Amino acid sequence: MLEIKNLHARVNPEEGADLAILKGVDLTVPAGEVHAVMGPNGCGKSTLSYVLAGHEGYETTDGAIRFEGEDIGELEPEERAARGLFLSFQYPVEIPGVPTLTFLKEAANAQRRARGEAEISAPDFMKLARENAAKLGISNDMLKRPVNVGFSGGEKKRMEIFQALMLAPRFLILDETDSGLDIDALKVVAEGVNALRNPERGMLVITHYQRLLDHLKPDVVHVMAGGRIVESGGPELAHKLEAEGYDKYAGEAA
Amino acid sequence: MPAVKETIEDVRRLEADKYKYGFSTEIEQEFAPKGLNEDIVRFISEKKNEPEWMLEWRLDAFRRWLKMDEPNWAKVGYPPIDYQDAYYYAAPKDAARYKSLDEVPEEILETYKKLGIPLREAEVLLGVEGAEDVTAAEARERPRVAVDAVFDSVSVATTFKAELEKAGVIFMSISEALHAHPELVRQYLGSVVPVTDNFFATLNSAVFSDGSFVYVPPGVRCPMELSTYFRMNAQGTGQFERTLIIADKGAYVSYLEGCTAPMRDENQLHAAVVELVALDDAEIKYSTVQNWWPGDAEGKGGVYNFVTKRADCRGRNSKVSWTQVETGSAITWKYPSCVLRGDNSQGEFYSIAVTNGRQQADTGTKMIHLGRNTRSRIIAKGISAGRSDQTYRGLVSVHAKAAGARNFTQCDSLLIGDQCGAHTVPYIEAKTPHATLEHEATTSKLSEDQLFYARQRGLDEETAVALLVNGFCRDVLQELPMEFAVEAQALLKVSLEGSVG
Ligand SMILES: Nc1ncnc2c1ncn2[C@@H]1O[C@H](COP(=O)(O)OP(=O)(O)O)[C@@H](O)[C@H]1O
Ligand SMILES: [Mg+2]
Repeated sequence: MLEIKNLHARVNPEEGADLAILKGVDLTVPAGEVHAVMGPNGCGKSTLSYVLAGHEGYETTDGAIRFEGEDIGELEPEERAARGLFLSFQYPVEIPGVPTLTFLKEAANAQRRARGEAEISAPDFMKLARENAAKLGISNDMLKRPVNVGFSGGEKKRMEIFQALMLAPRFLILDETDSGLDIDALKVVAEGVNALRNPERGMLVITHYQRLLDHLKPDVVHVMAGGRIVESGGPELAHKLEAEGYDKYAGEAA
Repeated sequence: MPAVKETIEDVRRLEADKYKYGFSTEIEQEFAPKGLNEDIVRFISEKKNEPEWMLEWRLDAFRRWLKMDEPNWAKVGYPPIDYQDAYYYAAPKDAARYKSLDEVPEEILETYKKLGIPLREAEVLLGVEGAEDVTAAEARERPRVAVDAVFDSVSVATTFKAELEKAGVIFMSISEALHAHPELVRQYLGSVVPVTDNFFATLNSAVFSDGSFVYVPPGVRCPMELSTYFRMNAQGTGQFERTLIIADKGAYVSYLEGCTAPMRDENQLHAAVVELVALDDAEIKYSTVQNWWPGDAEGKGGVYNFVTKRADCRGRNSKVSWTQVETGSAITWKYPSCVLRGDNSQGEFYSIAVTNGRQQADTGTKMIHLGRNTRSRIIAKGISAGRSDQTYRGLVSVHAKAAGARNFTQCDSLLIGDQCGAHTVPYIEAKTPHATLEHEATTSKLSEDQLFYARQRGLDEETAVALLVNGFCRDVLQELPMEFAVEAQALLKVSLEGSVG
């Protein structure tokens, strides 16, 4: 479903230093599978998620990203979103003055229009919002607030998953969605994510911790270091990493 | 940053075709001879068949104006204006004789329809003339707005007059009011903005053409929104609107003002004076959506909007709110103000100003606290894009007797790109220690992170920018009457739109 081949990317030279971050990422996530990416701070995990989502602050210098057979490397962020790519941000952004549901309804309908589908009506959208909010223990008051404004770190992560449920993407990238969540919140969020699992949907879960993976039960675990995937294995690899740390991959860092 | 850079590029390419109101109307018009002198002042007064005192008032203003200098303290730049190279009166031929909508030429009705103001339909659908059965349900759903349509120098039609009269509300063009209610006009005209207030106000006093007159009698809540729609059509002609609104004791009125002009290569002068008077316990809400032609991307053409707007909160517990959405004009010079004379009176100023291309805006407000326990609130949101330049200029002045006065001011500037400018110039003076004044100001750049976040969720760049800007302006948009808020949001989007794809 998602095929990343020899992906090289650097911070856009316009931004200052010519800084290479991704140095040949190879990664394939078939439909229906959940893959975890683990790795030390600064190895390029968030950069990978940004490059996949089309962030213009990074330039792809080599390699390709194929999504459902299509090369999406040149597409605008919103075009990738319309094809079903959703990124749960490590640091969700606050948008003052824009109510969450207004934002999501605009987004959902923009995606639908781009796909040539009918727009969702306001009552249907509200009904869906209430159902999804209930699943995640999100109060009415939280829904009424502007996007992410005034939320704690954990609440923001919960809202990211709420957004995912509302937009029902084909592929999810979760960037450290577990950090900032207490144990109870983690469970609720993990249940929300699990509810999205189905044979047509793929997921890439970036995390440092075993805890989230215990709930999500990934099919494959990858280790990223120095801007590349350096090892892949089954769920047991995550346990090993949790016990041993990333020291053995230190040499990979360029 | 690339995305923003693109936005800037787009915005820079801001093209004339984004301005939907740039068409002009082909209609036979009558002009005063070009230039400005006492004869022109007499010509205008005569056209309007004014009483002698009005002519004297104008001539007095004109003679004073001759001795005045154009102000130059605002942070705007433009070549000297040749006041002799313009027409000071233009009107559709025979305009003075329109007795009802039926007599208004089709071209003019079409013009207003194209501008989204179907004068005749409004009357027929919702008016009192025989269509009441059909309208009852409709009227409940749609907010009703009475319109005074001012075309260049004359008011061509005023809707819902009869129904308003039933409620005791006087709503008509100021030219008409000079005949129908001379005593009211004479009592209040120039009582808020004195003839010699400033260069442009004095010019207006000499040559003012038309505008609206509103009087709401004691205890009356005006049954519908009132509005004036100003349209500048004729080439080479200045527009000098004059509006006077009086809310008598305990009265309430909400008034909306809209304005557009055709795209012309030359600069056109719009020098308006608006006076509001609120007596004891009265409230006036004055909203503007200003969308004069801003000129093209290179700064050619566009309206010079040099306006004096002031409210006198004359009575105890009176209240005036100014809400403005300023998207148009090549140059805006405008400071809607409140003189808080009555004890416990309140003034509010909510403003959104958008400048793009080569536009320049120097706008803000003055809150003059004279009475005890007077309160004022200022929320100003400025959005600068392209190579535009914008200044918020505000004065909060608390006089010695205004013990217990309070002001809250918040000015936020949003910059889109790095070729525009935003400046905040707040003046604060308090002559009593018993005043509470708060001032907050922020300047931010359109955030790349917010833009990416919104686009990741599926919004294209233009929609994302519009959404972020709407969010930035939310405090002010909320203050607008519903039907204007929708228009204003759409307008914000268009004003910032590039010519993508
Ligand atoms: N816009 C940027 N400008 C400069 N350095 C960057 C930028 N984005 C990422 N980096 C650097 O690239 C490396 C990888 O960052 P990131 O992808 O956030 O790592 P991770 O998510 O794995 O912790 C870090 O050293 C980070 O400082
Ligand atoms: Mg990261």
